[in-house]
Amino acid sequence: MNRAFTKILAIFWKDLLNEFRTKEIIVSVLVFILLVLVIFNFAFDTGTGASDTVASGILWVALTFGGVIGLNRTFAIEKENSRLEGLMLCPVDRSVIYWGKLAGIFTFMLVIAVVITPVFLALFNLPIFLPRLALIIILALLGFSAVGTLFSALAVNTRSRDIMLPVLLLPVVVPVIVSAVKATGPVLAGMPWGEISTWLQIMVAFDIIYLVIATLVFEYVIEE
Amino acid sequence: MNADKPVSPTRAIEVRGLEKSFGEHLALCGIDLGVNPGECLVIFGPNGAGKTTLLKIMSTLLKPSAGRVFLDGIDIRDKPTEIRRKLSLVSHQTFLYDDLTIFENLKFYAKMYDIGDADKRIREVVAWAQLESRVHDKVGTLSRGLQQRASLARAVLHNPSFLFLDEPEVGLDPHASDMVRDVLSDNDYGSRTVVITTHNLERGLKLGDRIAIVHKGKIVYRVSGQELAGLDFREIYDRYTGTGR
Repeated sequence: MNRAFTKILAIFWKDLLNEFRTKEIIVSVLVFILLVLVIFNFAFDTGTGASDTVASGILWVALTFGGVIGLNRTFAIEKENSRLEGLMLCPVDRSVIYWGKLAGIFTFMLVIAVVITPVFLALFNLPIFLPRLALIIILALLGFSAVGTLFSALAVNTRSRDIMLPVLLLPVVVPVIVSAVKATGPVLAGMPWGEISTWLQIMVAFDIIYLVIATLVFEYVIEE
Repeated sequence: MNADKPVSPTRAIEVRGLEKSFGEHLALCGIDLGVNPGECLVIFGPNGAGKTTLLKIMSTLLKPSAGRVFLDGIDIRDKPTEIRRKLSLVSHQTFLYDDLTIFENLKFYAKMYDIGDADKRIREVVAWAQLESRVHDKVGTLSRGLQQRASLARAVLHNPSFLFLDEPEVGLDPHASDMVRDVLSDNDYGSRTVVITTHNLERGLKLGDRIAIVHKGKIVYRVSGQELAGLDFREIYDRYTGTGR
């Protein structure tokens, strides 16, 4: 168990170092998301006050489609120079590779969310300090990354992976994204916990189910 | 059935009735071969003959459609993780990350292979590959030859018992090409069993204890190094692969 954790950390650290050097994923996703937020900001004229539901939808549209761009890149890096074969030759269970890549993808998504959320709140004239929003973002991005890592590994072996990934991923992550949208609206409106607890429970269940499923099936996805 | 015979205790590698198909295309059809411990088997064959597929199956990267592969008497399907610890694969792809340095790449693989005192072992393989002056350079900034030398350092990092080389000389400078030969004669940690595929007849014949020619997914010719003395291998190769016509 300890050895597996060390190897998960090794993959995570390698991805982090690679991203720190290239800034390929974070910069491209950040630019895309900021652009989406600015366009929506003009479209909905925040001076008159966009509804909290619309604002939460905008946040999650930006994060979801930005996330797809990032996911496309994470396994493409492993495909170049046959690095994925190098990883697969290592004496590790395939689930170790999954958790290592997941840790990297989840961290990148969190970093992006930490940067863009204050910008989003400021653009839409919303209160900046919303700790419950942080919880929603963590739960939703964990579920998104759990499924995204699996499908990213699947799509990387297809010829049209840039198209294949959103086609495969988006229908599956609909429950977690809808839950995130539904939970974010009341949080932005300052409603109590009771208004969002059901959606939080759905997200927790989604995360657990897909983390387990992905861990079990990753071996079959990554091989041939 | 040939595939069900008991495993030979003297063979380091035993392949029985190996078949692999990709859709309707049969890449390997009934490969049988055996390699003794410390021997070097050189496999020749034209492009598309099935050489790379054979090495990928032996390395656990691909699953066979039929047949079995035993390394040290262990069926690679039964204990793939244990087998991976004993083998290494070198191809014309380096498996290295361009934006990490040689040291960072080797450190990463050292962790993946549970190598104790990784820094010491990295220093050893870097010295062997004569990469000391470039060890903190990013792999992407190195020439193709230097990258392949770093790849060889990665391959021997965990001191594998089985070394599979898939056309390793592609794009190599003469020095790196000589290093391939050094890998095969490196007895510091005991003898390695080596399988190498190549188009280079001259170099392959120098390296091999056993020689095989693969054509259209089958082994069409096999001979030991000693038996080959006095024969015109170019003529044999052309005859069995039809390349001389």
